[in-house]
Amino acid sequence: MSGLDGEAPLRPRTSRRAAGSLYAGNARSVVYRGWLATKSTNWLVVVSGVFEPVFYLLSLGVGLGGLVGQVTAGDGQRIPYAAFIAPALLATAAMNGAVYDSTWNVFFKIRFARLYEGMLATSLGPVDVAVGEISLALLRGAGYAIAFMIVMQLVGLNLSWWALLGLPAVLLVAFAFASLGMGITSYMRSFQQMDIINFVMLPMFLLSATFYPLTVYPPPIQVVIQALPLWQSVELVRSLTTGSVSAGILWHVLYLVAMAALGMTVTTRRLRALFLD
Amino acid sequence: MSFAWVTLDTVSSPVIVASDLVKRYGEVVAVGGVSFEVAPGESFGLLGPNGAGKSTTMRMIGAVSTRTSGRLEILGLDPDRYGPEIRSQLGVVPQSDNLDEELRVRENLLVYGRYFGMTRAHVSGRADELLAFAQLQDKAKAKVTDLSGGMKRRLTIARGLMNDPRILLLDEPTTGLDPQARHILWDRLFRLKEQGTTLVLTTHYMDEAEQLCDRLVVVDKGAIMAEGSPSSLIRRYSSREVLELRFGADRNAEMADRLRDAGDRVEALPDRVLVYTADGEGELARLTDAGMRPITSLVRRSSLEDVFLRLTGRSLIE
Ligand SMILES: Nc1ncnc2c1ncn2[C@@H]1O[C@H](COP(=O)(O)OP(=O)(O)OP(=O)(O)O)[C@@H](O)[C@H]1O
Ligand SMILES: [Mg+2]
Repeated sequence: MSGLDGEAPLRPRTSRRAAGSLYAGNARSVVYRGWLATKSTNWLVVVSGVFEPVFYLLSLGVGLGGLVGQVTAGDGQRIPYAAFIAPALLATAAMNGAVYDSTWNVFFKIRFARLYEGMLATSLGPVDVAVGEISLALLRGAGYAIAFMIVMQLVGLNLSWWALLGLPAVLLVAFAFASLGMGITSYMRSFQQMDIINFVMLPMFLLSATFYPLTVYPPPIQVVIQALPLWQSVELVRSLTTGSVSAGILWHVLYLVAMAALGMTVTTRRLRALFLD
Repeated sequence: MSFAWVTLDTVSSPVIVASDLVKRYGEVVAVGGVSFEVAPGESFGLLGPNGAGKSTTMRMIGAVSTRTSGRLEILGLDPDRYGPEIRSQLGVVPQSDNLDEELRVRENLLVYGRYFGMTRAHVSGRADELLAFAQLQDKAKAKVTDLSGGMKRRLTIARGLMNDPRILLLDEPTTGLDPQARHILWDRLFRLKEQGTTLVLTTHYMDEAEQLCDRLVVVDKGAIMAEGSPSSLIRRYSSREVLELRFGADRNAEMADRLRDAGDRVEALPDRVLVYTADGEGELARLTDAGMRPITSLVRRSSLEDVFLRLTGRSLIE
């Protein structure tokens, strides 16, 4: 605590100056904080996110699947209905986990807990905070997705070895939604505005070719659905778990990477504007 | 021997230099061109009423708010460009506590240390040291929300010390605390001061400023009104003693008029009349002889409150 030791003048690392004022390379401390905070939260709420898609799968996949029988997947292959909706539920699980942490939790931290204000008074930069918080959201989404994937494997709904690539795919899905979710949340000022997020999420879940193929829509509507991030995610994951893989899935990957990059950029800027004005 | 010279040299160069520092929020001028320097190991205060621009100045020094214009150097660096480097050397105690309520008391310290990139082992030892320093050992596992106001404040200060800062910024460290809690806190800050930590604090309590500050600036409406040590300010802007007279709310103004020539100077407040004089008792005797009959009278030593009143014509705490 002596002020006289370490009197050497501060030596700025000029070489990485531009990035240096935004990023201290210490996002891991933000993740560590999130872990400590989560440890003491209500695990029931957290764990319920694992069961939700399983219940959908049982009721719709098994129940409704009995009536529907088989559906035609993207490449013309006939697959059981349960195997059709399972990857959609998987992508949705990743999305929900990521969005929950990156929207409501982040909203609370920005507006009420003043958590980021405290973080940004240390040597952390806004990029550390953004990367750390997004990683946490991503981990939650990934956790849900992996649990669900295991269920899929057990029930025999992974139809191909490509399904192994489904894991990195759901990580990407969670990352993209977590980034964009946090970016959007940073603009939100009230609970009413936050409700818009729910208002968007539910229809997106129902409409993104989750429970029936895209071809049931008239062509103009198809274009709209294809622009939705969840449709992109569902298609990517479905191609992999059903094994109908083509080079075309790279477009989905590109879409999600762009979405993640946009979210990160927006989040960083907003954190800076809000807490380092 | 050369070592001693190096130390001497660094000690004498200021750790904070502000000149013509301005912060505007749209039309509002929060800080309107202030200049000051803080030497290492010094305890420097900003004394001023609500809205004077104290917190805004502190936030600029803390490298979390960018200045509109003027020059600012913290530890020789420009906060616009070297925010993280500067912040790594600062301890910050904001005006209202922003402790992490999702974490326990000790965890708050651990995590905060990690934000500075300290190792797990280092952070753990330091947290225990500071819990002892803040007299919070018994509360290590408590929830932050279960702490009293004074305990929260001490925890915030402990948190600000995790990174062994060269400068500790304290924005109204004791506002809202009861007298006992304030004295405990002052005692802790005094220890830091003795250990050589540079303290920069804002307050609108004159007794706090007198207790803790080697030197202070009086700020009002974003501008510096005066600068000096508490005693030199009192000597310069006030008399040795003050005679406080109360004549009842409706008669104070009238009596102040009749007292115009008493002492060195007379100040009329809504609830009392202040007579500035070197000899309070003597002045009171003279006035009583002249037939003045105050309801109550009190002789006290001049304080920074009087300095502020003299400089701005207003009381410090409204
Ligand atoms: N973010 C902001 N946006 C707009 N105006 C602001 C902002 N922060 C401060 N101000 C204004 O700047 C002025 C100075 O505020 P500041 O908080 O620095 O005062 P202060 O001396 O700390 O007062 P107090 O004793 O009440 O804490 C006030 O008029 C305030 O309204
Ligand atoms: Mg203030």
